[in-house]
Amino acid sequence: MEKYVVQMKGITKKFGSYKANDNISLELKKGEILALLGENGAGKSTLMGMLSGLLKPTSGTILLDGKAVEMENPREAKNLGIGMVHQHFMLVPAFSVLENIILGDEPLKAGRIDYKKAAAEITRLAKKYHLEIDLNAKVRDITVGMQQRVEIMKAIYRQANVFIFDEPTAALTPQEIEQLMKILRALAAEGKAIIFITHKLKEIKAVADRCVVIRMGKMIATVVVAETKEEALAEMMVGHKVNLAVDKKETKQDETIFKVEHLSVESHGQLKIKDLDLKVHTGEIVGVAGVDGNGQSELIAAITGLQKIKSGTITLNDKQIQRQSTRKISAVGIGCIPEDRQNVGLILPLTIAENLVLKSYYKSPISKKGFLNYKKINEDGRATIKKFDIRSQSEKEPVAALSGGNQQKVIVAREISAHPELLIAANPTRGVDIGAIEYIHEKIIEQRNEGRGVLLVSFELEEILKLSDRVVVMHEGQIVGEIDPRNTSSEELGLLMAGKKLAE
Amino acid sequence: MSLSTILMTVFSTTLIYAAPLIFTALGGTFSERSGIVNVGLEGMMIVGAFASTVFNLTFGIVLGNATPWLSLLVGGLFGLIFSILHAAATITYRANHIISGTVLNLMAPALCVFLTRIFYSGKGQTPVINQSMGTFTFPGLAEIPFIGKVLFTKTSLIAYVAVVVGCVSWFFLYRTNIGLRLRSVGENPAAADTLGIDVAKYRYLGVLLAGAFGGIGGAVMAQSITLNFSASTISGQGFMALAAMIFGKWNPLGATGAAIFFGLAQSLPIIGGYIPVLAQMDPVWFQIAPYAITIVVLVIFLGKAVAPAADGQNYIKGK
Repeated sequence: MEKYVVQMKGITKKFGSYKANDNISLELKKGEILALLGENGAGKSTLMGMLSGLLKPTSGTILLDGKAVEMENPREAKNLGIGMVHQHFMLVPAFSVLENIILGDEPLKAGRIDYKKAAAEITRLAKKYHLEIDLNAKVRDITVGMQQRVEIMKAIYRQANVFIFDEPTAALTPQEIEQLMKILRALAAEGKAIIFITHKLKEIKAVADRCVVIRMGKMIATVVVAETKEEALAEMMVGHKVNLAVDKKETKQDETIFKVEHLSVESHGQLKIKDLDLKVHTGEIVGVAGVDGNGQSELIAAITGLQKIKSGTITLNDKQIQRQSTRKISAVGIGCIPEDRQNVGLILPLTIAENLVLKSYYKSPISKKGFLNYKKINEDGRATIKKFDIRSQSEKEPVAALSGGNQQKVIVAREISAHPELLIAANPTRGVDIGAIEYIHEKIIEQRNEGRGVLLVSFELEEILKLSDRVVVMHEGQIVGEIDPRNTSSEELGLLMAGKKLAE
Repeated sequence: MSLSTILMTVFSTTLIYAAPLIFTALGGTFSERSGIVNVGLEGMMIVGAFASTVFNLTFGIVLGNATPWLSLLVGGLFGLIFSILHAAATITYRANHIISGTVLNLMAPALCVFLTRIFYSGKGQTPVINQSMGTFTFPGLAEIPFIGKVLFTKTSLIAYVAVVVGCVSWFFLYRTNIGLRLRSVGENPAAADTLGIDVAKYRYLGVLLAGAFGGIGGAVMAQSITLNFSASTISGQGFMALAAMIFGKWNPLGATGAAIFFGLAQSLPIIGGYIPVLAQMDPVWFQIAPYAITIVVLVIFLGKAVAPAADGQNYIKGK
């Protein structure tokens, strides 16, 4: 019989009458990497919350090394050797890396913290697990990748045997993801047991031994990853067949519909965009790839009129639109799915129907002599909800009550219904579950197939490579390269994004 | 007057006025490092000044020379007790920190003047204390030529103590594990919580230390400057200490230095009389100066200073 480090048996967790977890069981062996796959809201975090001492199961038992345990708080779980690497890093930006690692478990010498001893110990551990970290740097100055290594080191330093990684790749570049995968393998090789929460199938294929799939609080299957196809995993996760490929028609891309020339934008005294040129043709999706913070946000803000430009021209259908008001720019035919849907794209307390008319409320027939025609607003709202498959109770429900995917559908519906000549989509599927991703991708392709232009800005390289006809790479406010998505891998794209030139 | 006498006067007057500010600014630093904004320092000083004066008047005959020093401890104790209100309101009941602090500032003078009237036959101020903190000459050090006269003759011992306390406070915050944890709950309480650090406990510690230090600061004011207690004993020193804390970037050493600077500003009305050029000016300007300087310093430095990241934010577990 095999020995299990962790066994969760028949775990059920109820919040009121709602079952977040319904009779879920899983086992974890020493040196094993187990993936936990499920859509947003499937109950992954609830399940792991119980393993890390944050929540207590309503029924069911947790066994560690064969012994039943009841954990009252995260501290106890930690003492039992369970280490959690949170999705949103739990670090103190103003502290040094060293201080962050030892916080709460500081070695002391004569009443003061023995930084020397701590540094020596952590350096030893870092060598053992090939974790490259700079102990003296302040956390606010280090890269996201290193912040994650600091989180991992926190768990190693506390002698964890079981590591829980909660969506660890969400904020990483492809190179950093590759490095993380190496670390995971190294940890497993040292005999640590790892649970890897994700909804990305590629990563599961790359690193996990077995995979537990949960959907709507229920356990669907436990499979051996090597024997299971990606499509099968996706189907188990979503509950129906998923079409991962996209249907791109041949389109005529002979006419330039949108043009940015010599654009420079300054923000907080820094030149964020430097003499940038960009073109979008009819029936074309242009992907803008780049590491976050290289001027993508400023580019979108400049096009949509939210940010003043320093110099340059922006042209839509031979009409210059720079230095116009945002309302005018939107009226001549630019639609935008903004990257921050909750703060920029929607007004959360307003109803779905109200949010759908945010761009047209001042025009007839929505507005009549300065009064809003609510009958019309709500009628249109009902029709749009049906047409765009927005899952909601009624058009009068506040958008705040919708799931992330359905909130995003509200924005997509509003922007597409205005029939823009150019649609800007910024990270349109971030934090959205796979069903909604499929739908949003379909809609974006539809725009293209109808001969409109699309500017797609995304940190998800897979998404850019899949949808775009042409991909430009942005680095430090400039376009540093253009690639053909049909014969470029995400690794090569990742190198370009980091500012390196491709080897000839 | 000789140069060394003028410098001695300037220096010792500055220190006398700086001492209450140093203690109180250190208190503010502890509180805000733990994440609790403390505009109630003024109120804590008032309570400390009142409690120490009453103690001094009551036990001065018995305790003799030691009275003012013991009064400081009593002031600190009552400041600490008073600050429990702020700690409970902000940490346990998650009230807005500014409002809670303002309540302390409104409550303290009313309460203390009311009690003064009860204790001292209806008068709005206490009698003058007999045992006050005088000046101090360091034996030995005062013999050093020039420097000895300027720095160590007829000066304020409590101010020197305050500077030492400032150094100890720095060591506490930056070299001990309790200090590291106290700062961590002021920077990112959620992160501290995941590491098993009791956020509420360390925030209480920060606020109660602020109460004790603010109480001592108020007591120093009463024992060495005003020598009695009335509604005007503490007139804005709590806010100057707050400004010193910001000016000093929430660092005990910086706060100490800034408090000495504000001490200089406050001693201007007195020093002004001794310095030939300044003696010609209307003394009103010197009286306004400390407050004006406080505002100017705040305007210039508040925008740039980096406060603890979670300063002023209530922590709700599991969010």
